[in-house]
Amino acid sequence: MSHDHHEHDHDHDHEHDHGHGHPPGERHPFQPDLEDGPYTWHMALADAVEALLLEKGIFRPEEMRRTLEDIDSKTPANGARLVARAWVDPAFKARLLADVNAAAAELGIDAGPIPIRAVECRPGEHHVIVCTLCSCYPRLLLGAAPDWYKARAYRSRVVREPRAVLAELGLELSEEVAVVVHDSTAELRFMVLPERPAGTEGWDEARLAALVTRDCLIGVARPEVPRA
Amino acid sequence: MSGPFAPGRRVRVKALYPPGHTRTPWYTRGREGVILDLVDVEPDPEERAYGRPGLPAVPVWRVVFAQHELWPDYAGPAGDRVVVGIFEPWLEPVEERS
Repeated sequence: MSHDHHEHDHDHDHEHDHGHGHPPGERHPFQPDLEDGPYTWHMALADAVEALLLEKGIFRPEEMRRTLEDIDSKTPANGARLVARAWVDPAFKARLLADVNAAAAELGIDAGPIPIRAVECRPGEHHVIVCTLCSCYPRLLLGAAPDWYKARAYRSRVVREPRAVLAELGLELSEEVAVVVHDSTAELRFMVLPERPAGTEGWDEARLAALVTRDCLIGVARPEVPRA
Repeated sequence: MSGPFAPGRRVRVKALYPPGHTRTPWYTRGREGVILDLVDVEPDPEERAYGRPGLPAVPVWRVVFAQHELWPDYAGPAGDRVVVGIFEPWLEPVEERS
């Protein structure tokens, strides 16, 4: 794995003995604090709408805080549990493909009110999700989307040159495998049901779930068995 | 389901460019695809965006587009495709070619 010290953008505090844009001996420039950025039109709009909703009593501050905390408590581990169960239980897999929200409820996972559909990777067919119009993501199941998922580069390129985007993210697919991109435009979210990797025969669900990362659930990675 | 819209039917996305809020990605406009399935029947977001109820609700179809149909210079194999939810008012049927 190569690491280009001139390109990185990080907030670490390790020793600064490598060259990256400031002369040796000089202090590393501080990363800007949140308040140092501009207060944008959309930030003002969001604040104004929030204040109005509270003022009009549409919901109370504590309800809003609870909802935000609820979203923050969701993680890709929820999706990984669904995938692992589907791998070991064909009947559950059929129910997951029919209705993700109902299947999640079976495992005690509240996937929220917006319908989610699972798209299944098979030999010769790989699936990947995007929202080109904005940044729709099954966040009530998997938590907040990664920043790159919301970036214009991913959203515009993955429908135009998906193989190049996947390769940049570390997933090289042969021409024998069709790439199917799902663009979320309606009141429907997607998650990817990846293929179970070879070499996991007899594994229990917890061990299988540990292979399923957030990127696998978006479709920009495939579960891999760690090499011994 | 009767009418021109049903799974397996060939459709074209209208090449319209109205102002305001739509859910029809530009790259699909004027392009042909095949209906995969019905997502749902949803209040029209083009109306809801302006505070109107968007009723009657409109069907939303998942349409499969071949990448080579969307992007004539697409570099990948013929099986690559994009699946997009399209609100029915944006669709027109395409006569089957024999």
